[in-house]
Amino acid sequence: MTDATLTLARVQAKRRRQKARLGAAMRYLVLISVGLVMLYPLIWLIGASFKTNSEIFANPGFWPQNATLDGYIEGWKTSTPFSFGTFFLNSFKIILPKVIGTAISCTVVAYGFARFDFPLKKLFFGSVIAILLLPNVVTRIPQYLLFRDLGWLDSYLPLWVPSALAGDAFFVFMLVQFLRAIPADMEEAARVDGANSWQTLLFIVVPMLAPALISVALFQFMWTMNDFLGPLIYVSSVDKYPVSLALKLSIDTTEAFAWNRILAMSVLTILPALIVFFAAQKYFIEGISAGGIKG
Amino acid sequence: MARLQLNTLEKTYGNGFRAVHGINLDVAEGEFMVLVGPSGCAKSTTLRMIAGLEEVSGGEVRIGERIVNDLPPGKRGIAMVFQNYALYPHMKVRTNLSFGLFLQGVPKAERQKAVEEVAKILEIEPLLDRLPKQLSGGQAQRVALGRALIKKPEVFLFDEPLSNLDAKLRASMRVRITDLHRRLRAEGKPATVVYVTHDQTEAMTMGDRICVMQGGHIMQVATPKDLYNRPANLFVAGFIGSPEMNLIDGRIEGTRFVVGAQAIDLNADLMARLPVLPKQAVLGVRPQHLRLSDRGLAARITNVEFMGHEVYLHADLDGVAVTAVASAAEYDALDRSDDRICLSPDPDWLHIFDRESGLNLSLRQTD
Repeated sequence: MTDATLTLARVQAKRRRQKARLGAAMRYLVLISVGLVMLYPLIWLIGASFKTNSEIFANPGFWPQNATLDGYIEGWKTSTPFSFGTFFLNSFKIILPKVIGTAISCTVVAYGFARFDFPLKKLFFGSVIAILLLPNVVTRIPQYLLFRDLGWLDSYLPLWVPSALAGDAFFVFMLVQFLRAIPADMEEAARVDGANSWQTLLFIVVPMLAPALISVALFQFMWTMNDFLGPLIYVSSVDKYPVSLALKLSIDTTEAFAWNRILAMSVLTILPALIVFFAAQKYFIEGISAGGIKG
Repeated sequence: MARLQLNTLEKTYGNGFRAVHGINLDVAEGEFMVLVGPSGCAKSTTLRMIAGLEEVSGGEVRIGERIVNDLPPGKRGIAMVFQNYALYPHMKVRTNLSFGLFLQGVPKAERQKAVEEVAKILEIEPLLDRLPKQLSGGQAQRVALGRALIKKPEVFLFDEPLSNLDAKLRASMRVRITDLHRRLRAEGKPATVVYVTHDQTEAMTMGDRICVMQGGHIMQVATPKDLYNRPANLFVAGFIGSPEMNLIDGRIEGTRFVVGAQAIDLNADLMARLPVLPKQAVLGVRPQHLRLSDRGLAARITNVEFMGHEVYLHADLDGVAVTAVASAAEYDALDRSDDRICLSPDPDWLHIFDRESGLNLSLRQTD
């Protein structure tokens, strides 16, 4: 190759690189601006939680001029005899049994549907899917009557017991689909190794299901944390309120709403979900059975 | 180690499909039995019924003195190597190996000792602390083999264990497995093996005996040599051997086999062996026994495959495609300007099949 063609090739390569860099810059610009638009309400929420009540309406920007922790301090105390800590604790009293119960019960039920043959299996699975499609509202009243007759009103039981008995069809369905994608070879190998069904489930299936189970736990955590209607229907004593109800409490009881307190407590309310999400994020992405099976 | 018997074993699926049609098979203690056949011949289903992974619809599976039909896989005294290795992806190699012993309640120290013993035999010691995804195909297959070996089972079951490996690795694993089987036998711990494959090279090189299956039936059970030299029927004749045996349709007139306008003489020995003369006969002759000569059946060369030390000649014999194997020297001596050749079958290696029943009529009845 002559020098001239070499130089030409170099110039062309440089141009290509520049073009690629420009393209990337444009892409990032668009992505960042769209991301900002979507995140802005959240940013504003955090900023406004440090404002005074009057500034919230006076200053539309998100940056507080006179930053203050008043919202947090006053909001934490609440207008009730209980601090916001009590309400957080209440929330966790629902979330913990619900998340753990969901993970265990849905795994067992999904394993049954995905791996075993039993009479009327199709009918049962069909009803699971049917429940999935049923609007929640439809079952509210019969459920309420049922739980009332059981004497479970004003307790947390109606909020977590159905879920802990694999009542959330969505999670069962999700795990069944996930299990169907995992080849049964490993489980057969375990059976040849002498494992019974429960041992196979515990030692082989659950570890392989881990990424899906983490997703299930995460969704259940966030949905329960955010659930407003459930506690509103079943929990009536203020000392048993979870945070979702407690937030509304501060709107109800004061005549002039202390918006900065509400916003401050809202920030605290979304924190656990955010923390859990970022902690579990890597398992979302992690592959499952890579290497165990050659595809 | 134990004898394995299948007595009128049957498999019928829920939709009424009959996969296995009452087969009988007797695998002696310490024998290496290969099940071979085209895909869909139910060889894997048969193996899975022996393993207990597939329910038995009829007949019995007997391991040693026990009928194991209703026992779960773990209680049958078997170990299995899967085509996909089926290693537990979240466990290190060490745990993969010892999982079976763990379930049996073997104490930790003993498990560790057993793992090291097996790892040494299979040369996988440096891999013990890796996860399956960090292993190459060959390594993973050795670990899978180790997982079977460590349990010291009565019967080893292999389900196409080498078909995911490349050709070179397959050849070396083949030797490794037969070596291992021989070594165990020499040490006085003979291992009964049932090995499923669709690869006839594996079958011929590894098996003490081979069971050829088709469509849920056993076509023939014999040693590799017998299977090659004395195929019981058309299916086995066509399935075993490479290139395939030439199967030429024709009829027998007197002591001659007539194909189209040509005929060849059948020797007295062969004629004496035929119990009856079939209406429609098939002449079977291996390409290796079809020699280039001046006399014999005239054919036209349609294609030539050069294999190095020998040459496959594909020819057209009055509308029948036949294959002959010639040495490179013989091929070089051919007159290239003319595509006509004469093929003379070796009279001692001819088989006569009945087209209707497919049976080989020329097998000596006494043996």
